Amino acid sequence: MEEYVLLGFVLILSIYLGLELISKVPSTLHTPLMSGANAISGIALVGALMLGSDSQLQEILAFLAVTFASINVFGGYLVTNRMLKMFKKK
Amino acid sequence: MNFIENISSFQNIIYIASSILFITGIKMLGKEDTAVKGNFLSAFAMFIAVSITLINVINPLLILIGIGIGAIIGSLIALKVKMTSIPEMVALFNGFGGLATFFIAWSEFNSLPANTFQYVLIMITTFIGGVTFSGSVVAYGKLSERLKVDKSSIITKIFTTIFYISLIYLIYSIVIAKIFTPSFDFYSILLILTLLGGIGFVIPIGGGDMPVVISLLNSFSGIAAAFAGLLLLNNVLIVAGSLVGASGLILTIIMAKAMNRSIGNILFVGYASSSSGPKSEETGEVKPINVSDAYLILENASSVLVIPGYGMAVAQAQHVVRELGELLETNGTEVKYGIHPVAGRMPGHMNVLLAEANVPYDVLVEPDDVNPSMDSVDVAVVIGANDVVNPSATEEPGSPIYGMPIIEAHNARTVFVLKRSMSSGFAGVQNPLFFKENTRMLFGDAKESIGGLVAEFKE
Repeated sequence: MEEYVLLGFVLILSIYLGLELISKVPSTLHTPLMSGANAISGIALVGALMLGSDSQLQEILAFLAVTFASINVFGGYLVTNRMLKMFKKK
Repeated sequence: MNFIENISSFQNIIYIASSILFITGIKMLGKEDTAVKGNFLSAFAMFIAVSITLINVINPLLILIGIGIGAIIGSLIALKVKMTSIPEMVALFNGFGGLATFFIAWSEFNSLPANTFQYVLIMITTFIGGVTFSGSVVAYGKLSERLKVDKSSIITKIFTTIFYISLIYLIYSIVIAKIFTPSFDFYSILLILTLLGGIGFVIPIGGGDMPVVISLLNSFSGIAAAFAGLLLLNNVLIVAGSLVGASGLILTIIMAKAMNRSIGNILFVGYASSSSGPKSEETGEVKPINVSDAYLILENASSVLVIPGYGMAVAQAQHVVRELGELLETNGTEVKYGIHPVAGRMPGHMNVLLAEANVPYDVLVEPDDVNPSMDSVDVAVVIGANDVVNPSATEEPGSPIYGMPIIEAHNARTVFVLKRSMSSGFAGVQNPLFFKENTRMLFGDAKESIGGLVAEFKE
């Protein structure tokens, strides 16, 4: 149980940090920020890589998790980059 | 039982480095000058976190094939998609992230969790991941206009009911996990209910409220990843997931504030049931104007404020709008763009469209910046926007949108409203702006009307 307390602590601190970091974002960047954050949620890929493969079902689940998380990661970062490149100053 | 024993200390050190890069990256993503670098930094953080995890993968070949397929599909979609389809693309990618956590939780259930707390985490992760996935797919369908379901239809009601049932089942399964070990049959009901429930979560929410839902689903996918991190005892998942959860939450709050409504009201009530106070009597008549008269007024204006809305996106008029803006500037007119936070179908929708049309972002202004000096604006050109310029929000306490911060276009000397017909906006509220003394209606397709003005200027 001890490790959960520790990781729960990390969780709370990270949420607090996130709220502080992003509280003031110009509305120009709302979409790129959302899209960029979306790419970061593809971190589930790391979780997918840690899955066990004791049964065939688990192998399939791990494969699917890896594939979909990868779509999220690659698609998310590329779309964000494409969008940000369009924003120009006068 | 120290969590460091689970994964080697070396991996943990890399995860900490990756977390720091994610934090720095998302911070830089919040400022115009550093945003591109911030995105690269966060991609790099992802790269090292994934690489270091790959070291002790059990079945590398299958995994690498999965990554390869994902990379190809993701890249193709990202590079091929039209800029106008960005809202639905973001929704879809988001859904895939949620689906990945859904599978992670499912797989963990099958590896026979050691204690009650792990079962609880699995249930919660399954639920959030599943709702994120099917909710995002519905949002994708609605945004791309492939899915059209009426709010009051029986299908909507059935799915909404399933959403509530799935929520109750989740709570029930958390309670029951303390008493006995959930069987797979018991768990598989949660899997199915969750996926159907996610549909019910998003299906009743209408077009104009989409920016809120998209931000909220974005937040969910992060929270799901963070819970998966708790489940797998992995700190980088927790940190990165929480950052996404927090940023999505903030965007959700910003969007809700820009509509002066609570998040609960947007998700569970909608405009239809908000109390309709005394309806405003429409005074005066609508004064139409044609393109050549509009041109004469614009030619003599010294300052013009363009206020775009969803209608500009629908008509794909952003390029002609930019062209008109440039012609006005060569004519010596000062041109600004007033952007309301909830104009369009996702946060910052108008900004992306105008950026695509090469409008520099420093001529885009927010309502608070432009409202105080509105009386010095010669012409406010409203393109396919409605609720965000509705004066009822400031003048009529009984109106459903009363209190919503708006762009006060009615205070400009002249207002042009480009509109296809006299229909009301998403909120279903009649707009007194159309009947004001200083308002001229330019009926027709926005792209054609603006194109006509551009042609007049070129002559």
